[in-house]
Amino acid sequence: MIHLRGIHREFALGDEIVRALDGIDLDIHTGEYVSVMGPSGSGKSTLLNVVGLLDTPDAGSYKLDGIETVGLPEEARGRLRREKIGFVFQAYHLIPRLTARENIALPMVLAGMPTAERRVRTDETLKRLNLWARADHLPQQLSGGQRQRVAIGRAVVMKPEIILADEPTGNLDSRSGREVMELLEELNASGITLMMVTHDNVLGARAHRHIVFGDGHVVSDDRAVRNEHEVKNNASASL
Amino acid sequence: MHQPVSEVTGITWRDSVLFALLVLRRYRFRTSMMLLAMTLAVGSVVAFTALGEGARGFVQNEFSSLGGELLVVLPGRKQTTGGAPPVMGTAARDVTLADVRSLRERLRGAQAVVPLMAGKVEVSANARSRDVMIVGSTAQYFSVRELKVMNGSILPEIEDNLAQPVCVIGGKVSTELFGNNQAVGEWIKIGDRRFRIIGVLSGKADASGFDLGDGVLIPVASTQMLFNRQGLFRVIIQPRTYYPIDKLRNEILDAFRDLHQGEEDVTVVKPDSMMQTFDKIFIALTLGIGAIAGISLLVAGVLVMNLTLISVSQRTKEIGLLKALGASNHQIRRLFLLESVLLCMAGAVCGVIAGELLVLLGRTLWPNVPFAAPTWAVVTSVLIALLSGLVFAWLPASRAARLQPVEALAGKMT
Repeated sequence: MIHLRGIHREFALGDEIVRALDGIDLDIHTGEYVSVMGPSGSGKSTLLNVVGLLDTPDAGSYKLDGIETVGLPEEARGRLRREKIGFVFQAYHLIPRLTARENIALPMVLAGMPTAERRVRTDETLKRLNLWARADHLPQQLSGGQRQRVAIGRAVVMKPEIILADEPTGNLDSRSGREVMELLEELNASGITLMMVTHDNVLGARAHRHIVFGDGHVVSDDRAVRNEHEVKNNASASL
Repeated sequence: MHQPVSEVTGITWRDSVLFALLVLRRYRFRTSMMLLAMTLAVGSVVAFTALGEGARGFVQNEFSSLGGELLVVLPGRKQTTGGAPPVMGTAARDVTLADVRSLRERLRGAQAVVPLMAGKVEVSANARSRDVMIVGSTAQYFSVRELKVMNGSILPEIEDNLAQPVCVIGGKVSTELFGNNQAVGEWIKIGDRRFRIIGVLSGKADASGFDLGDGVLIPVASTQMLFNRQGLFRVIIQPRTYYPIDKLRNEILDAFRDLHQGEEDVTVVKPDSMMQTFDKIFIALTLGIGAIAGISLLVAGVLVMNLTLISVSQRTKEIGLLKALGASNHQIRRLFLLESVLLCMAGAVCGVIAGELLVLLGRTLWPNVPFAAPTWAVVTSVLIALLSGLVFAWLPASRAARLQPVEALAGKMT
C-alpha cells in the first residue's frame, strides 16, 4: 500500500545541503508493523513526514493505495491524510483549550461529520482507550500517558489504514510508555499498519520489521514480513 | 478496514463558529483588546454623529421659533455677485428709522415693519448689576414675535423716534435683579440711563436664537441714544396674510434702491433660507466628525491585523496539527477569518450599544438638544467594522493557511 521509489528530499542548512532522503525505495504492506531507527539527522523523521504526506519529496514517486501523491495539490493531500493516516507525535500536539473528548473528535469535526456519528465514535474510542473517566478533562489536567492515549484516540477515530508514530513514548516514563506501546500494537493487531520512528533499540525491536537509517539511506531492512499472508499470521500471533 | 471515502468535504459552518468562539474565549486578553478597540471605534462614530445631528436639530429648533413668515432686512450686501470686490470705505449705508417710515408708507404687502437694535449693556438695580442683551424695538415687535408679558404692559405704541425711558424686562433678569419682588414700577439703570420697568416677559421668549428672558426691551429710539448710533441692526417685516413673499421681497429691495440713491445695499433673508444654510453646514459638520471617528475604525482594523498575526504565530503548531488532520488551506483561512469577523461583529454591537447609551446620557443632560445617531452612521460603521475584520485578517489568515504542515508542527513560521 505504501510504495516509495527514488524519493529524494533535501534541506538547506545555511550553506550546506543536507540530503535527508537520498533515493529511497521502500514498500510497506497493509498490516505491517515497522520500526524505523537510526541516529539523529539520519532522515528517519523526514521519511515519516513524507509517508504521512506532511512533507513533499523533491523527486521520486510515492504511491499510497495506488494513488500517486507526488504532484497532488495540497487539498487532495489533506484529504488523503484525513482519511487514511493517523499521526501520533512525541509532543502529543493536543489543543490545550479542548477537552479529551473534543481533541479526539477534532478530525471528525474537520471532516464535517454529522454530530450524532461523531458522538458515537468518540464515546467508543474513549471507552476503548480507557479514557472514559477523563473525557471532559483538559490536556493540562491529564498525565503524559493519558495525553498520548488521547492523541492515539484522535489518530484512530477516523479509522485510518496507517498510523505513523514519531517517538510516541519519547516524553513518557517507562510504565506509561509500555502502556502506549501495547495500545499501538493492539491497534496493529486489529489490522492497522503501524510505522514507528524511535531511538530506542528495545522499543524498535518489538516491531516485526526493522528498518535502520543512516545518512538518508536505508542501511538495513530485515524485511521480516514480506507478504500479506505472513502479516495476518503475525497479527493473530500477537493477539 | 477500507471504508468508503466520506461524502462530506470539510468542517461545517456551525463547527467553525464553535471552534472560533472557543479560541476567543481561550485568548481572553487578545479578545478583550480587540473588542475594546472595535467598541471604541464604532461607539465613537455613533456618538459623534449623534452630536452633529443634535447640534443640527438644536439650531433647527431655534430657527423655527423665528417664525417662517417673516422677512428680515440686514444692512449691507451679503450675496456674492460676479462683480469687482468692494473698494475700501464703501461700507454699507445705515438702515435708519427714516427708511422704516418710508417702508411703512410704500409697502402695501407689509403687515408690520419693525426696526430692531441690539447690544449687550450693563444693567443694574438694587446694587446688583449684570450684562444683558438690550433689544430696541417697537410695540409691534411683541405681536410679530408673539411675546407676552406676565406683569405690567408691553412697550407703548409711540412714534419710533420717541425715546421714552421705559423697559420690559425678561423673566430671568427680573428674578436676578429683584428676586421674588414685584419689578414693575421699579427703576433700573441701563448703561448710564435710568429706565422704568413697565412689564415683565412671560415664559419662554425665544427670538433670533437668543432667549429674551435674559434680555431687556426698550423703545428703539432709546437704544439709539444708549448706543449713540443711528443705524439699525435689522428690520423685521411681517407680510400680510396671503401676500406673495417673493413679491414683497422685491418691493423691499426696490424701496431701498430708491431710498439709497440706486444702491442695493441691503440683504433680505427669509429665516427659512438661513435655516437651510445652517442645515447644510451642520450636515457637513456631522459628516466631518463622523469621518474623523471613522479613522478610529481604521486604527482598530490595523489592531485586528496585528493581533491576528500574533494569534497565527502563537498557534503555528496548532495550524500544523489541523493540517496533519486534513484541514485544507481554505478551511484554515476560514477559521481565522471567522475569529476576526465574529470579534468585530461583537465589537460593533457593543459599540452601537455604548454609543447609544452616550446619546441617551446626552439627551438626559441636555434635554434641549435632540441628540440622535443617524441610521446611516450606525449601519455604515457596523458594516465597516465587519469589513475591516475581514480585510485586515485576510493577510494573517492567508499566511496561516500557506504554512507547510511539517514546519508548522515544528513551530516554525515561514
